[in-house]
Amino acid sequence: MDKQKRVWMAVAALLLIGVYFFPIWSISMEAPQYPEGIGMNISVDTIEGKQKNDLQNINGLNHYIGMKEINPDSIPELKIMPYIFGFLIISGLVIAGIGNHKWILFWLGLFVLFAIAGLVDFYLWGYDYGHNLNPDAPIKVPGMTYQPPLLGSKQLLNINATSLPHIGFYISLISMGIAGTIWWKSKED
Amino acid sequence: MRKLLKKSLLWPLAAIAAIGFITMGCSSNGEFGSSSDAAEKVYVAPGEHDEFYGFFSGGYNGQLGVYGLPSGRHIFTIPVFSQAAVNGWGYNEETKPMLQTTDGFIPWGDAHHPELSQTNGETDGRWIFMNENNTPRIARIGLDEFRTQEIIEIPNSAGNHASSFVTPNTEYVTAATRFSIPMDEDNMQNMDVSIDSYKENFQGTISFIKVSDEGHMSIDFQIRMPGFNYDLSHSGKGPSDGWAFFTSYNSEEAHTMLEINASKNDKDYIAAINWEKAAEYAKEGKGKMIPGEHYRNYIDHEEGGIAKSELIEEVRVLDPRELEGIVYFLPTPKSPHGVDVDPTGQYIAAGGKLSTVIPVHSFEKMMTAIENEEFEGEEQGIPVLSYDSILHGEVQNPGLGPLHTEFDNRGNAYTTAFISSEIVKWDVETLEVIDRIDVYYSPGHLMIPGGDSQKPDGKYLVALNKITKDRYLPTGPEMFHSAQLIDISGEKMQLLLDFPTEGEPHYAQGIAAEKVKENQKRFYEIEDNNHPHAAKSEKETRVERDGNEVHVYMTTIRSHFAPDNIEGIKVGDEVYFHVTNLEQDWDVPHGFAMKGANNAELLVMPGETATLKWEPKKEGVFPFYCTDFCSALHQEMQGYVRVSPENSDTQISYSTGQ
Repeated sequence: MDKQKRVWMAVAALLLIGVYFFPIWSISMEAPQYPEGIGMNISVDTIEGKQKNDLQNINGLNHYIGMKEINPDSIPELKIMPYIFGFLIISGLVIAGIGNHKWILFWLGLFVLFAIAGLVDFYLWGYDYGHNLNPDAPIKVPGMTYQPPLLGSKQLLNINATSLPHIGFYISLISMGIAGTIWWKSKED
Repeated sequence: MRKLLKKSLLWPLAAIAAIGFITMGCSSNGEFGSSSDAAEKVYVAPGEHDEFYGFFSGGYNGQLGVYGLPSGRHIFTIPVFSQAAVNGWGYNEETKPMLQTTDGFIPWGDAHHPELSQTNGETDGRWIFMNENNTPRIARIGLDEFRTQEIIEIPNSAGNHASSFVTPNTEYVTAATRFSIPMDEDNMQNMDVSIDSYKENFQGTISFIKVSDEGHMSIDFQIRMPGFNYDLSHSGKGPSDGWAFFTSYNSEEAHTMLEINASKNDKDYIAAINWEKAAEYAKEGKGKMIPGEHYRNYIDHEEGGIAKSELIEEVRVLDPRELEGIVYFLPTPKSPHGVDVDPTGQYIAAGGKLSTVIPVHSFEKMMTAIENEEFEGEEQGIPVLSYDSILHGEVQNPGLGPLHTEFDNRGNAYTTAFISSEIVKWDVETLEVIDRIDVYYSPGHLMIPGGDSQKPDGKYLVALNKITKDRYLPTGPEMFHSAQLIDISGEKMQLLLDFPTEGEPHYAQGIAAEKVKENQKRFYEIEDNNHPHAAKSEKETRVERDGNEVHVYMTTIRSHFAPDNIEGIKVGDEVYFHVTNLEQDWDVPHGFAMKGANNAELLVMPGETATLKWEPKKEGVFPFYCTDFCSALHQEMQGYVRVSPENSDTQISYSTGQ
């Protein structure tokens, strides 16, 4: 790998620092009683309301249907994810230093695997929250489950929930794109 | 043929209908081209906001009504001087001290003149002040939360009517005695004397209340005045900044049958007060401190949200007989009511309610007359300027019973004529009447948003009518007062809308919605709740006994109370329910009502703590519940208190769930 490609690989790795500053995923909810919307952002290490008290209010709504309380402190993945990205940044920088383009493929593969694992995990959490409801819930609609959509919109009783990637996800995509391009170009050399 | 006959028979019918329609169109409904034109101008589509906030004093309901303009929709009522069972104002432990006076707790007030705070002569949307006439007081209402934040009592006064008008940078807010009272020469204390010693003993005061940057009010000084009735006021602005003008009537100093005996003199006075100079005297320590006990009550959410009452014992009084240059009398026909200063600050219009003209004084001429000592006499040591030397001119034929004037931003003045039930538009420079419009019926004050400031919004005018009669569906002998919205953007005034107003609005204020709505609090942050009895989470809820006082630290969140089962209360206990609303979202109040409580409900805003006192008199189990339909499970939001006999040994216990 020439110097230019090594610099770009370093850029791909360093870009991922952005993931610590921007949410990766977003769930927005709309209902007539919430004219300004209500929602939450999932970041590398936490889940936060879009507005200051949104998470508390979402949990307040969810208690009617018996959904478990969303409590970021009790989700182990949020404690692991910062290290995974840390590993990707450091290993990416090491690859840029060594300059062996074959390692890029390995790095990319690992990154994509992490991403898929993350989405599967997110789906499983959504399934668990949506299906394992407290039998003492005040509101029970026969046959109704409340799993949020993985991607896109879904009507859940009076609430329209929309799940979409956020800036952190796009940063990861760009990082992957840069690394993939370098690997492709290095292969031609 | 028969067909033709039929046709011709129907024609006259159509003509009658047409005439009927035309006459309907210009009947008592006022002077607009068509009602759909007017409807379009006041229509605010569902979900849209009004262009202006209107703040209308509630008169004898003691509160402040909030209306949207141009729609006339009544959007809120702010409790001020009267207890309000609707949310517990003046009933709950937090707000009771707000109604404390040197006469004790007073549950009612007569609210007259709201006035928005100003910066550089323009309304700024920070606060609105309002006076209480019966037990002299001034309130300050914060427009960040639409709540009364401070009430100060005015000592050495009776009937606080010429109040609460602000100076152009809200340096001061004014107060004055409407009913002069006997005051002793040294300490101005009320005296046990014969009422017919009026001329000898009765005096008045004009007060200037300093407003700090945070809004805190304190009486800077009072001015001792002759025993007239001080009626209304407005501050100077621009060139006349530093002065304030107060109308007076009863220069006859009558004490009985005033409607005859106080209407004899051809001229009474406007008192021109050089407050800037008076403030300098006060700062230099001139005048003297006299006893003047009065309460300052204030409530600050950041400091725990419990009102505090502070007793202040003395006030400074300035005597214009000793301190030169602070008061001059401007002779003004005839028992003048309103005194209004135009936006340029050059002209002072008086509503001589029994006069056939509107006299307009010139500030510039007044200053020249003072300089040249053009006096026509003096009244109890106060110089009286000569009428001719201060007069800008008189508006001829202004209608009968002119009371109040407001201004637009195009050099026009608008005056209410109470007796002839009309509003008269006139040119401030030429004093010519330009237009007049009938109003229904008998207008008192009128309001143009910013119409008494240096920057009026000359789009709408509201007539605050004193007589309603047939304007709405009848509601028995007692009815709401009627306001009317008039379009003043064109040369001709156009009546747009009638809308009913709560209580008896006297004065009103209007302000562009943008200046207020961006600063609105939606709820109180629970982490900033400094109430000493707050329970900031369900973990902190508890019940504590201290002798026969029981404190319940309770929380609410959709849709349950914690605790909701309480035992160990005894007949004869004083139970304090300190209810903290844990919600942190907009428009999720919870209510609290206790069976048999001898006061009112609590309506607790998110993040706030409010306290209801309950003295159970009977044994048994008593329910409490949430009064605000807070969620689909609101009906389930309830609890029970077990009350045992006074000598029983039931221990305090409490729980939620299980």
